[in-house]
Amino acid sequence: MGFYETARRLSEQADSEIWEKYTKDDVMRTLRKEQLDERDLQILLSPAAADCLEEMARCALRLTRTHFGHVMQLFTPMYLADFCINHCTYCSFSSIYDFPRKKLSPEEVRQEAKAIAATGIRHILILTGESRKESPVSYIKECVKILREYFSSVSIEVNPLSEDEYKELKEAGVDGLTLYQEVYHEETYRKLHIKGPKKIYRNRMDAPERGCRAGFRTVNIGALLGMYDWRREALFTAMHARYLQDKYPECEIGVSVPRFRPFLGEYNPEHIVTDRALVQIILAYRLFLPRAGITLSTREPSALRDRLIHLGVTKMSAGVSTEVGGHTLEGGTPQFEISDGRSVQEISRMLRANSLQPVYKDWDILESV
Amino acid sequence: MSDPLIIGGQALSSRLFIGTGKYSRNTLIPEVVEASGSQVITVALRRVDPDSNDNIISHIPDRMILLPNTSGARTAEEAVRIARLAKASGLGNWVKIEVINDQKYLLPDNAETIRATEILASEGFVVLPYMSPDLSAALRMQEAGAAAVMPLGSPIGTNRGLRTRELLRILIAELDLPVIVDAGIGRPSEAAEAMEMGAAGVLLNTAIATARNPQLMASAFRDAVAAGRKAYLAGLGPVEETAAASSPLTGFLD
Ligand code: SF4
Repeated sequence: MGFYETARRLSEQADSEIWEKYTKDDVMRTLRKEQLDERDLQILLSPAAADCLEEMARCALRLTRTHFGHVMQLFTPMYLADFCINHCTYCSFSSIYDFPRKKLSPEEVRQEAKAIAATGIRHILILTGESRKESPVSYIKECVKILREYFSSVSIEVNPLSEDEYKELKEAGVDGLTLYQEVYHEETYRKLHIKGPKKIYRNRMDAPERGCRAGFRTVNIGALLGMYDWRREALFTAMHARYLQDKYPECEIGVSVPRFRPFLGEYNPEHIVTDRALVQIILAYRLFLPRAGITLSTREPSALRDRLIHLGVTKMSAGVSTEVGGHTLEGGTPQFEISDGRSVQEISRMLRANSLQPVYKDWDILESV
Repeated sequence: MSDPLIIGGQALSSRLFIGTGKYSRNTLIPEVVEASGSQVITVALRRVDPDSNDNIISHIPDRMILLPNTSGARTAEEAVRIARLAKASGLGNWVKIEVINDQKYLLPDNAETIRATEILASEGFVVLPYMSPDLSAALRMQEAGAAAVMPLGSPIGTNRGLRTRELLRILIAELDLPVIVDAGIGRPSEAAEAMEMGAAGVLLNTAIATARNPQLMASAFRDAVAAGRKAYLAGLGPVEETAAASSPLTGFLD
């Protein structure tokens, strides 16, 4: 079993004209319901709901503030290594691109950690490309050991691992897993992942569940928006999140809404996700998953980020570089271009001006006392 | 009229406990404390960052009793570790045990909470367990040495009020411990109702922190808790289905 079966069932239904059959009345009825089901989710993602964004936003804001309060959790990503054996059509780290690759040495990890910790941030997300040779589990563990001296919480965004490997990393002090399916539409997935182990659709889809079983406190999933029809992709993401929430109630499930960004290569996504569509997705996630964290990255421009903080987002990255060693070293290649280059301080100031409290530390991994 | 609530040997004149989460800025905390008249304030140890220049503790007036909570704990062991850590960092020996395994509704895990209560009470902590209002679990917490129990009125952060009313009534009737209704109260009228029912106190966070004017809401809750308590002490008149004559109808038979 696993989410794959649900995804297959959804696939059979979701490509038909399901979206067209709903009306504004359906949306308004859904907004009055206490517990939303799969049909409600479809309604919220339908064209009919696109005309009710204001009503949806009001409900979403209320839900967000009651469940999360007036706070926004901040974190920053740290790129450890850009070696990668895959060829994904949308990424600068893809093995077909020729640029000097690097991975951080323990000293460099420490140096980066110090620089980031000095901004006040206590939650960090570490990233690597996929290379069992250059950035194996043992290397990640070694880095985590250093990072734990500086951060309350360390999460990983690396290639899918086995349940045992996840357990090993959890033991080493990792408490969160982020893993995007990129694209749920299986055929498109096969088209975009041309070479390397990432081609195996199902291995990726089952990985968040392996993370839940391994005991991570938080598991964060998402679709890279723009690769396929966004309504369908958002439906799958939210259903995947609900599946994990139902099956692993002890794990905090979060969703992200990354939109495609320019990178080294030529690929341009066919399915443009407008700002309006992005808003509809965020609102639908919040209403369908009232307690799930929603992460917004610096892929989005600052002006838009400043608006989205009132619509359901609960976590934001700040002070971001998508290069290996981007906080202290020179000359890296960014994985993709970011849009919001503001520092942690600037983001905090913006949040405060909007009556939100930036939270730098929301959790501590407990050592025995 | 002196009517203190005694917990862990401390006499409290205010029966309103408040929280520190969800505020738009920490500088609101002293103002809310002031307006609420509260003497006990919970703080999530997971959010405490001594290295930060906006450390939450520094915003809490000195006169307050700190009630560190174990929010974030998913097992009894984690709760115990958090409690010991809080004590070691000088936050006192009161602890609100929160063990939550259900991230969807945030409902407490009574079994793990009982275990943590046993351990921490035996170590001399003043233990206030947050719980689902279940009589046998509450009795076991009492037996384990809890200083009070804190059953939920409805799930955390929902502002839905006293949905567990009937169960709270039973807990209040059966326990020898103070029953402090924690979570779910959204309106001052609901806090008053809990107090009228005989609750020893109420703990609130979301309702105040997410109000348009948190200070004013804090003072509204202060009044409501005091009014509800007075009504309870005064003894509510019986509720009659039909009109009752004020002089007995069968008095002539004496
Ligand atoms: S998306 Fe990940 S796996 Fe694909 S090329 Fe980039 S780094 Fe490698």
